Amino acid sequence: MIPVQFYLVISTLLFFIGVFGFISRKNLIGLLMSIELILNAVNINFVAFNRYLFPNQIEGYIYSLFIIVVAAAETAVAIAIIMNVYRRMGNETVKSIKELKN
Amino acid sequence: MSEFILLYFVIIPLVMMGVLYLIPGEKKNAIRYTMAGGSALLVALAAYITIGFFEQRAAGMTQPYLFTASKVWYEGFLNIHLSLGVDGISVAMLVLSSVITFTGSFASFAIEDKAKEYFLWFLMLSIGVFGFFISIDLFTMFLFYEVALIPMYLLIGLWGSGPKEYAAMKLTLMLMGGSAFLMVGIFGIYFMSVPEGGVPTFEMVELMKNVSTYMPIEWQHVFFCLTFVGFGVLGAMFPFHTWSPDGHASAPTAVSMLHAGVLMKLGGYGCFRVAMCLMPQASADLGWIFLILTGTSVFYGAYSACVQNDLKYINAYSSVSHCGMVLFALLMMNNTAFTGAFLQMLSHGLMTALFFSLIGSIYGRTHTRDIRLMGGMMNIMPVLCVCYVIAGMASLGLPGLSGFVAEMNIFVGSFQRSVLAFEEGNWMFLIFTILACTSIVITAVYILRVVGKMLFGPIQDQHHATLTDANYYEKVAAFGLIICVAAIGMFPSVWTDLLNISLPNLVSLFADKTIVAPF
Amino acid sequence: MEITSIAPWILLLPFLMFIFLGLTAHKFSGQTSAKIGTTAFGIVAILCYYVAGRYFFGNFSVLDANGFEVFNKTGEIYNQITVFNWTWMQMTENLTIHIGFYLDPISAMMLVVIATVSLMVHIYSYGYMFEHGHFDEGMSRYYAVLSLFSFAMLGLVLATNIFQMYIFWELVGVSSFLLIGYYFFKPAAVSACKKAFIVTRFADMFFLIGILILSYHTQTFDFDQLNADNAKHVLDSFSITDGSRGITFLGFPLITIATFCIFLGGAGKSAMFPFHIWLPDAMEGPTPSSALIHAATMVVAGVFLVARLFPVYSFAAPEVLNAICYIGAFTALFAAIIAVAQTDIKRVLAFSTISQIAYMMVALGVARFGNHESELGFTASMMHLFTHAMFKAMLFLCCGCIIHCVESNEMSKMGGLKKYMPITYWCFLIGCLAIAGIPIFSGFYSKGEILTACLENGYTAIYVVMTLTAGLTAFYMFRLFFHIFHYEENPEYATSHHKPHDQGWQMTLPLIVFAVLTVGFVFLPGFNNAITATRTYMEMPTNWTVEGISIAVALLGIAIAFFLYYKKNEKPANIMAKCPALCEFVYNRMKIDEIWYGITRSFIFGVICKSIAWFDHNCIDGFMNLCAWITQKVSLETKDAQSGNVQQYVWVFIMGVVTIAFLALY
Repeated sequence: MIPVQFYLVISTLLFFIGVFGFISRKNLIGLLMSIELILNAVNINFVAFNRYLFPNQIEGYIYSLFIIVVAAAETAVAIAIIMNVYRRMGNETVKSIKELKN
Repeated sequence: MSEFILLYFVIIPLVMMGVLYLIPGEKKNAIRYTMAGGSALLVALAAYITIGFFEQRAAGMTQPYLFTASKVWYEGFLNIHLSLGVDGISVAMLVLSSVITFTGSFASFAIEDKAKEYFLWFLMLSIGVFGFFISIDLFTMFLFYEVALIPMYLLIGLWGSGPKEYAAMKLTLMLMGGSAFLMVGIFGIYFMSVPEGGVPTFEMVELMKNVSTYMPIEWQHVFFCLTFVGFGVLGAMFPFHTWSPDGHASAPTAVSMLHAGVLMKLGGYGCFRVAMCLMPQASADLGWIFLILTGTSVFYGAYSACVQNDLKYINAYSSVSHCGMVLFALLMMNNTAFTGAFLQMLSHGLMTALFFSLIGSIYGRTHTRDIRLMGGMMNIMPVLCVCYVIAGMASLGLPGLSGFVAEMNIFVGSFQRSVLAFEEGNWMFLIFTILACTSIVITAVYILRVVGKMLFGPIQDQHHATLTDANYYEKVAAFGLIICVAAIGMFPSVWTDLLNISLPNLVSLFADKTIVAPF
Repeated sequence: MEITSIAPWILLLPFLMFIFLGLTAHKFSGQTSAKIGTTAFGIVAILCYYVAGRYFFGNFSVLDANGFEVFNKTGEIYNQITVFNWTWMQMTENLTIHIGFYLDPISAMMLVVIATVSLMVHIYSYGYMFEHGHFDEGMSRYYAVLSLFSFAMLGLVLATNIFQMYIFWELVGVSSFLLIGYYFFKPAAVSACKKAFIVTRFADMFFLIGILILSYHTQTFDFDQLNADNAKHVLDSFSITDGSRGITFLGFPLITIATFCIFLGGAGKSAMFPFHIWLPDAMEGPTPSSALIHAATMVVAGVFLVARLFPVYSFAAPEVLNAICYIGAFTALFAAIIAVAQTDIKRVLAFSTISQIAYMMVALGVARFGNHESELGFTASMMHLFTHAMFKAMLFLCCGCIIHCVESNEMSKMGGLKKYMPITYWCFLIGCLAIAGIPIFSGFYSKGEILTACLENGYTAIYVVMTLTAGLTAFYMFRLFFHIFHYEENPEYATSHHKPHDQGWQMTLPLIVFAVLTVGFVFLPGFNNAITATRTYMEMPTNWTVEGISIAVALLGIAIAFFLYYKKNEKPANIMAKCPALCEFVYNRMKIDEIWYGITRSFIFGVICKSIAWFDHNCIDGFMNLCAWITQKVSLETKDAQSGNVQQYVWVFIMGVVTIAFLALY
């Protein structure tokens, strides 16, 4: 059986890649993808801990399913917003949505 | 519901708000008559409560508060009740508030712009005021206090004149600052006065016992200062008074009336009820600090009023002086001074309301409040001007009008206390009492200055010569208030009796306290 | 009729009249109001005469607070009786304010004075205000205020306690204010009424402080208790004994401070130096009201106050009485000198009033309880109060007639009026003779007694000053008289189609009544029967030397006036040309007004008020605005942190998490 540390290392790497991407990317789509990475890191943790700590229960799986569903919905909303931002501003960088007014 | 009869003071304005909401905004007369009718109902209720209060006392009911009712409001983390009850002092205040709401509604008849919304906020303000005087639970009291403060911002900011945004902001911020102090104080009192093994409470009657028994004296000092300053801001105590001139100057007529007439009384009433009665020891120890501040207000306001040229500024500073007198007398802590203080609240409430209603009427015609630009008004609008002279006479303490009885009680009471202090080697009380006495001369100076410049003399501006005299609703407002002012001034014993039903018990809290003063 | 059942109406009727006339002012014409007011006051006057008559000559009793019967007279001694005493307001356990009705010889005498003068003025005003024509609509207001004044003045003299007196004291003050400001469209009247009110108010403040001190120690307001048994209660309360002056304050005996403060209140109303400045200006009011308020009744309230508390002053604070007589003597001379230089006829009379009231004050000041000689001053003072009220009211009413015709107050517009207005002429002459102190006329008796009292009690310096003043009085009054009625006729009269003439009966009747009272004073029952310090018969000593000197001085004054002013000549102008600066100085009332204005306008307004207002506007308001400004600045500076840049937020967030984690771990 693969030890739990392996999963944790993977998810930590994934998480920090996501965070780095979130901070450094200029492109909104890139930001969205980074968020997905972070969420997936969390999902891996959920599944791994569920498997190792409470093998008889399924809450962890269910939560990761939830997150996947919510992430999908969120992506749909975010893409729609980004499309609008792009239409309005002509680009889709983070700086362009600094001003919330006007 | 009969045990919650006091709650009608809140319910009636609420129902009126509902009715007003349903009336379309264009039907101005319907709105006005609803206001007049509803506020007349409030006056009737206040009269009913007063008579009932006297009757119940005569029937031998001796508990401190009558018409009491209590209902748990929120009982989780905090032990909040909706506790209602009145004693002689709050009955007097209710009468005052209802009279001023009534006359204030009439004085607001002239408002054409967004009249419906104006009256809705006006009623909100009166709900806060009435609620404050009927509740005997600190939290409920504080709640209604806040309810009374918030509408001021909109009423001044929307319907005011002059630099109204600035004034509204200043007033609201300063009063909110005061209520921040107050909230800390109230929660401090709540949490620090728990008897061993008991539950904390906001109930006034129990707090009166608990605070002095269970709260360490150092904490009493802290919370006394917090609550006194908190209410003192509303009572226009020096140096927290500057909201008053700007606020009054910009506020519309009826709001000035209600604000100077009733809302400022909340300050004095709260200082007495919360700060002093709950923490008598602390008030004896630290009273001198506030005595200096309030004594300063008395002559400071009077002297400032002498050089103002705007009518409303003059009356606002005069209010600082008179309300300072209220707090000053409260800190003298004997029966006569307390009686004087509450009479002064009634008197100041009525006559300042009268002043502001008249100023509103005059301003509505001349479109100026600068006394240098007016003159000979007596020729043009005799009724308004005669009423103004009467208000002035009440303000400077003419016997037969309310100011005199109040001031005389204050002076006699303060003097008694000052001489006691003096015999123990403390000069301070005597000095401030004599300074307060001099204010009666200065009051005469600024009142007569206005009377001489504005009402008497030749007509200054020929454009004013064609102006009309008071119309019927202005007359209702002015005559109603004059009758009340004269009723207090000519038959003071009715009011002193009412107050003295409740005062002796409260005075006994302070009776055994030694006088503390630095010099 | 029972005294107890009619006494309340003496106070209630004028008050109800005030309310009634005030409320109906716009409904009735001026004449109607005047008739109603005069009729009502006629009834009040009859009641006053009845009560005073029963008190002096009759026999009746009332029940006192303890239910005992008290008679108006016990043997030869007149009792002080409280006819009724309503509780008005309870202040402390012991201090209660009553509104009551107190009868003793001086208040009964004042009832007569007020009833007579006020009734005559009511009648006179009808003619004066109505024929004056142009101000009919204000007449209702005028009569309403007259009623208010009568009410207040009656309440003042009938006060059972010092606080009631203070209440009515303020009320007479305000009715005086309203009457001085009757012609409110005239700037001079406005400033005069303000001045009168504020000056007297300033003095009232001392009165109030005095009451506070006195009542704190004695625990009572009642005159009965204060005065009883040679002011024993006051002596005890202030622990005054033969050897000690009792409780002290800053080294002064407290009783001296208290009684002096109370006197200052009286000095304000009675226009003693330096509070006299309001009275000459008060002449801006209608002349009949000047006659009533500023000559006969209100201005003697201060004298009445000292007389009312005379036992307290005499036993507990004789040094204050000393001060009173020196202040009085100075005021008398000072006002007489100023009167010499005035050209406005009402101003002359006003200064003469100040001077004559000062006579009354001096007489009280030299009096002490003890024997007939030492008590003489009290009776003399009250007598002078009575006689002065009558002849001065008459002089003022004569002035009213003259001003009515000439339509000016200035002497220079008058002259040779004798042939046009004979009744006024004779009445004015009687008044002048009375005030100058010529035998047969009332003033002679009272003034002679005052001078005697001064000399007999060892106040020789004061006697000399007062005699000198008597001479000056004779001089300036006859200067006035000759200037108005003889001198040189104003040529305008002959050609004018409004020739000066005596007025209708409403205006001449009061003159004649007062003239009769002034001449017939000798036939009135002697004041020494009742109105004495001990309220019983007293021998009035007559010092013929004093009388002789005073007559001689008065005649000398008249002679000089005759010499200078009977016919038009250059002598007065020549004399004045010799010392123009002095004349100017005296004409400007010795600049006392300027000193007061200097203190009030420049110092109180200019320095104190302005600086407080500046402080308020700049420091306190400035501090509040500074707080607001700082808050705004801080938020403006820190708002850049709220950049809207999501990535920056995350960066800060992560740094925060790391910091917290770091702190939590170590």
